[in-house]
Amino acid sequence: MSVLTVSSLAKRYRRGGKPFAAVDDVSFEINPAETLAVAGPSGSGKSTIAKLVLRLIEPDAGRIDFEGQDLLALSGATLRAKRAKVQMVFQDPLAAFNPRATVARVLDDPLRTHNIASRADRPRRIAALLERVGLDAGLAARAIHEISGGQRQRVAIARAIATRPSLIVLDEAVSALDVSVRGQILELLLDLQRQERIAYLFISHDLGVIRAVAHRVVILDAGRIAESGDARDVIAKPQSAIGKALVAATPRLIRNRP
Amino acid sequence: MNWLRHFFRTPEAVAGALILALLAAMALAAPLLFPGDPQAIAGPALLPPFQDWSLPLGTDRLGRDVLAELFHGARTSLAVGLAAAAAALLIGAVVGTLAGFAGGLIDEALMRITDAFQTVPSFLLALAFVSIVGPSLGVVVAAITLGAWTGPARVARAEVLSIRERDYVAGARVIGMHPLEIAFREVLPNALPPVLALSSVIVAAAILTEAALSFLGLGDPNRVTWGGMISEGRTVLRTAPFLSIVPGVALVLTVLGVYLAGEGVVESTAVRRSLS
Ligand SMILES: Nc1ncnc2c1ncn2[C@@H]1O[C@H](COP(=O)(O)OP(=O)(O)OP(=O)(O)O)[C@@H](O)[C@H]1O
Ligand SMILES: [Mg+2]
Repeated sequence: MSVLTVSSLAKRYRRGGKPFAAVDDVSFEINPAETLAVAGPSGSGKSTIAKLVLRLIEPDAGRIDFEGQDLLALSGATLRAKRAKVQMVFQDPLAAFNPRATVARVLDDPLRTHNIASRADRPRRIAALLERVGLDAGLAARAIHEISGGQRQRVAIARAIATRPSLIVLDEAVSALDVSVRGQILELLLDLQRQERIAYLFISHDLGVIRAVAHRVVILDAGRIAESGDARDVIAKPQSAIGKALVAATPRLIRNRP
Repeated sequence: MNWLRHFFRTPEAVAGALILALLAAMALAAPLLFPGDPQAIAGPALLPPFQDWSLPLGTDRLGRDVLAELFHGARTSLAVGLAAAAAALLIGAVVGTLAGFAGGLIDEALMRITDAFQTVPSFLLALAFVSIVGPSLGVVVAAITLGAWTGPARVARAEVLSIRERDYVAGARVIGMHPLEIAFREVLPNALPPVLALSSVIVAAAILTEAALSFLGLGDPNRVTWGGMISEGRTVLRTAPFLSIVPGVALVLTVLGVYLAGEGVVESTAVRRSLS
């Protein structure tokens, strides 16, 4: 059974008074331990899909089924409880955290909210989470703004896996990072996926990264799916005009990986 | 602690801080230096200042010690000013946060209420409230708060409106945090700096309003207040002007001190923020 099934999803906004579809008739599914990439030019609706799947905004039409359950039917406390299973990692790891927070507090929030560990047990769990993402447990006492961007994104991943989710939405999660750090973070994500069988909805405009981590890819154009399929196949032989344009805009792809 | 250094570099802020320190010292020392009832008769009536060194500022129409009254009045002014400002900031921050964070109907309703309170001049509001409920220290504080919370509410709401769009608020929702916890634990503390920047103006206005209420005879009758002293002195303004001048000057200095110190804090924190 798929982790996430999205059917005929639509979200309309108004631009200059006229309604336009930011997301239009989008359907896809993601299986356990699978990475589905969503690519597309700026403004094609990638982040809107992420927010819809996370129930941060409400769709105008369509269905979202999560582990066989109608996600859109949930509200209030039941929705909040379900949120443990669908987590997110943002692009800007600094903006993603309360500027006053410490690393410990950021990781304490999900554990406390979902009653995952007793108060006495939480410091130990926080240390374990930090170690799981390759950070020193001593980092817990530091303020969020005192650690490096790469460390911060690791903390964001630690926070996302704290509630043992089956799906993590990553919206440009490595785009803001240095190339060297980016490789390490992708490595960590792949490792977590292998160990915990987490599915990723991996949003990126970088086809090189997508090719390295994604099993399948969906290419968006102005809110609609232009094409989809096996990530390597689509990137090697794009069929849609937008797919060809995206591949052409990424020249190093050809030499990069076999 | 860096901003403290910036704070003490501006002479106005230092002057404000000194005045406030003096005022606080007066308020705290009042029951020690003048342990008796400041409203009790201490000597002959209308003794001018600097005549009798046991009554340095002389006595009023009823023979009460003016210096003792001044000290005890500082206590009332400071207590009322701080309590009313704290209440106004608290209520304003909570109302503004709820309105800005909840949006929709809740926002609409809360902002209409805020409008309603803001249209009535705050002094009239306080006057009406005290005349209906009756004068006591708590009622005076409540009456002043009634007209003072709307400014903080608006500022808090505006700040919350911008903060609630930040990623970290979405992050808190994704975590599954309760909306009230997001509003008050994640958003409110980050919306506070511009709200707190209003506090000096609110404290100063509260002290003045309290004085004005007392002047009109609507202060707590069991407390010495500067406004009450000015009002009493008015009846003998020609023969004993110092009875009005002494508390009047104290009032002006206090408001000035609060204002200067407040400006100093705002400025030095602004410096700190632009440096970081
Ligand atoms: N709250 C909103 N109100 C109005 N229009 C919006 C809103 N959010 C997004 N849009 C519009 O919807 C379209 C899709 O936006 P979205 O953020 O999903 O694009 P994206 O694919 O993530 O782009 P990018 O690669 O630049 O992040 C854009 O045209 C955007 O301007
Ligand atoms: Mg986006």
